[in-house]
Amino acid sequence: MYEFQYHKASSINEVKEKISSLNDPKIMAGGMTLIPTMKQRLAAPSDIIDLSNINELKGISKEKGFIIIGAMTTHFEVHTSELVKKEIPSLAFLAGLIGDPMVRHRGTIGGSVANSDPSADYPSSVISLGAKIITDKREIESDEFFIDLFETALDDDEIILSLKFPIPNKSAYMKFPQPASRYALVGVFISDTKEGIRVGITGAGPCAFRSKEIEKALSKNFTESAIENVNIPSENLNSDIHASAEYRAHLVKVMAKRAIKKLS
Amino acid sequence: MGQFGVGQAIRRKEDIRLLEGKGRYLDDLHFENQAYGAVLRSPHAHAKIKSINIENAVNLNGVLDIITAKDLKADNITGIPCLAKVESRDGQDMANPLRPILAEDYVRYVGDYIAFVVAETKEIAKAALEYIEIDFDILDSITNPVDASKNDSPRVWDNLDTNRVFDWENGNKDKVDDIFKNSELKSEVHLINNRVVVNSMEPRGAIGQFDKDKNKFTLYTPSQNVHLMKTLVSGSLGIESENLRVVSPDMGGGFGMKVFIYPEQILLPYASKRVNKTVKWTSDRSEAFISDTQGRDHVTKAEIALDKNGKFKAIRVKTISNMGAYLSNFAPMIATQAGTVMLTGLYDIPEAYVNVLGVFTNTVPIDAYRGAGRPEASHIIERLVDVAASDHGFAKDQIRRINLIPNEKVPYKTPLGPEYDSGNFIKNLEDALKISKWSNFYERKKEAKKRGKFRGIGIGCYVEAAAGGPNEDVEIIFEEDGSVSVLIGTIAIGQGIVTSYSQVLEELLGIDFEKINIIMGDTDKVATGGGTGGSKSLMLGASAMKHASVEIINKGKKIAAHLLEASEADINFSDGYFTIKGTDKKINITDVAKTKQSDLPENIDASLNTKANSDVSNGTYPNGCHVCELEIDGDTGHVKLLNYTVIDDLGKVINPLIVEGQVHGGIVQGLGQVLMEHCIYDHSNGQLITGSFMDYAMPRADNVPPKISLGFNEVLCTKNPLGIKGAGEAGTVGALGCIVNALVNALEEFGVSHIEMPATPESLWGIINSKQ
Repeated sequence: MYEFQYHKASSINEVKEKISSLNDPKIMAGGMTLIPTMKQRLAAPSDIIDLSNINELKGISKEKGFIIIGAMTTHFEVHTSELVKKEIPSLAFLAGLIGDPMVRHRGTIGGSVANSDPSADYPSSVISLGAKIITDKREIESDEFFIDLFETALDDDEIILSLKFPIPNKSAYMKFPQPASRYALVGVFISDTKEGIRVGITGAGPCAFRSKEIEKALSKNFTESAIENVNIPSENLNSDIHASAEYRAHLVKVMAKRAIKKLS
Repeated sequence: MGQFGVGQAIRRKEDIRLLEGKGRYLDDLHFENQAYGAVLRSPHAHAKIKSINIENAVNLNGVLDIITAKDLKADNITGIPCLAKVESRDGQDMANPLRPILAEDYVRYVGDYIAFVVAETKEIAKAALEYIEIDFDILDSITNPVDASKNDSPRVWDNLDTNRVFDWENGNKDKVDDIFKNSELKSEVHLINNRVVVNSMEPRGAIGQFDKDKNKFTLYTPSQNVHLMKTLVSGSLGIESENLRVVSPDMGGGFGMKVFIYPEQILLPYASKRVNKTVKWTSDRSEAFISDTQGRDHVTKAEIALDKNGKFKAIRVKTISNMGAYLSNFAPMIATQAGTVMLTGLYDIPEAYVNVLGVFTNTVPIDAYRGAGRPEASHIIERLVDVAASDHGFAKDQIRRINLIPNEKVPYKTPLGPEYDSGNFIKNLEDALKISKWSNFYERKKEAKKRGKFRGIGIGCYVEAAAGGPNEDVEIIFEEDGSVSVLIGTIAIGQGIVTSYSQVLEELLGIDFEKINIIMGDTDKVATGGGTGGSKSLMLGASAMKHASVEIINKGKKIAAHLLEASEADINFSDGYFTIKGTDKKINITDVAKTKQSDLPENIDASLNTKANSDVSNGTYPNGCHVCELEIDGDTGHVKLLNYTVIDDLGKVINPLIVEGQVHGGIVQGLGQVLMEHCIYDHSNGQLITGSFMDYAMPRADNVPPKISLGFNEVLCTKNPLGIKGAGEAGTVGALGCIVNALVNALEEFGVSHIEMPATPESLWGIINSKQ
């Protein structure tokens, strides 16, 4: 690890101030990606601004048909929240599949979403549920948020405050883990929302995306068999030592079917 | 038999200390005046070093020293020798270039050693690595052993004509060729034994200390063989071996990988003398991936000839074995004398011929990894048997019944050399088939199909060769406080040997289990030793204890006779007491041990302290039968192991609980290799792609079968006094072929005869998808 200055901010304003005044700062949520990267000397920020002391970024609440989860809420908290388990059980289920107990107690939903790791679990739920990403500057629609590999619509100095999940009629997540990392080789999140059926895919492409093909098929007929003849193009999907693009495309269908099965 | 004697499934006495966090692993050791080391490793698979400039690095604040090959040369520090010698079939000696401690002119794999930095902190040492400037001339590299064996391959060593290390053979080629020429039925299989990273939970490490006044070095390092370490490290340092003490603290796993000597273990004491400080180095996980010896990496073509009744007549095997860029201490032995001599397995095969070509590649050096050649051999023969059965219409169980060595032929000498002293191989098979409900498997397969699962079952009859030597000395010392110290040259690597030894000694001498202290892993305390590896420790250690106990009892009888005022011939010994025959007059062995010389006549020695040697001249042959039942998800290719049955003949079982743990661990290591573990190099540039746990898959709890049924078919070994055969590697040796056989069986409807390891979900899905 290279040397850096550590700051523990106690308010969003303090974070903003530090971002503008420091040389090459990095905001740290749970640090579950950032710290290993720094340990491997692949990142060398001059300063780390730790968000863990900012209370307004924590907690889970329900407001008019939405579940609002503070950006610094840990995976463990989402996984075990009675509120989330009651209103969006698939989201609580998803959080329990992330990493191991240590990671789930440190890692946060805001950190995961902001990182846009192609194989992270949360982005599929954000897209599928049509969540809004509330930042210190604006509200971003989930469809506009994930841009590319580790790239989001966030400005460099923009901070996620919370995620606002509309409570769906029903939803389900199915994941096929990459054997080594247990990240999602393919993860499919299907929601029956007020705006219709929405399907979020993670692991398969450069970043999480909606499968319009599956949405269309399910909108007509919300059954496993409706997906059978859907063509998932593999051209733009990831291909690496763990899975070819063709296998990933196939798994998208399989996981989608299993998510539907879970819902029926 | 006492409460803690032989055969009792008691919990390990070493566990509480370790579970409470009181273990003392290398990284827990800290010394005053301690500096830290870091290794500069090659980023290239093959390059000529044109220049090394350390100036900027050495001037950094906190940097104490930077060592390069030039320094080693000036101080006559020499490289690490390979101790295994394999002669080629053309009579030539193997290629045997000395492995340098630090690269001189060339680097030969990603991770190769270039320089060693010593600094006041670990952070400074690591930072300094980035300030060392090296001008490389990057050369072509080769990582695949088959490609490396070709004439036009890039050469790993510029001063050698080819990448050939050896071209070894065993068995009667002419006879075997003749049998194949005239055989009606033949089968063959081409297979790869995938390269695996050892991944002990505790990475390697070393602390070097130099005591100027005593002119003595101390090397703390987790080592499976401190005495070998002492010999080789003192040899490289050019010092008398008595001027080096090697201490192995608690160890978090070795699996063979911590037997061998690595450059750090020479660099640390050397650096310590140079900077006049204790110097510590611990490997991080990324370093472990590119510097710990790795395992397996064989490419094989195997053939079998049989008659129309299914009786095997001969096997013929050709293997290309990857040695890596340098020859680790025992690497050439693994694929040859250690492994392929076991190729005929438990079958009565009259003739066999094997040819092994060892090659250099630009990869991490290979050496022994749990089983060391025997899992490779067992994988080959068990696959070959299944392929032959499928090819020629024999049931998998029946072809084994036809060919397993019958009891009346035991002891049995195989055509490749080993002599199996004992065993009941058919019973292993029949018991395992019965427990695994083999006979009605196809009902379960049909039922699974309805759920979209392809169910498979596989047999793996295995035999392994546990090492016969070197012999171990034991010294048993009766302490004044009533405890007993046992000094022995084997090592605790997490296998529970302290408990097993204590059980043996309680059984032999009736000494309280809790009062027995096993002292190992310090060359200043224990004079000699052969270390731990090859599943041999308990067999040799217990044999030595048996011999020592006979002498101790004889000595004790003399003392007891005097104390009890009886004739020596009238003294019996059992359960820790010397008793006058036919009376209730008795005295405990620990009281006998406390007798002062002044209370005895001169001709009776008051000391029970005794040294003895294991005095065993043969290896042993643990054997058994595994049956694995699994399901493959037809949609994803995901494999779930369901029932796993093992019947083991490990000879005398000292502690069934410990053995069960060893067998479980061995099977998990086996299933890891079969299903997921895969060390992958980028062939274009020699970079290790699977260099972290993000990409290198290790088995986890949910990969383990929910039930492993283990039964013992205990046939005592005839070659050592307690009849022990050894248990450390048996699980792994049996697992590979067995699990692959089950996978092939699961997908038999797709016409596959073989599936390569690791059988990843995608590769299995590919088979299913291609035919559906």
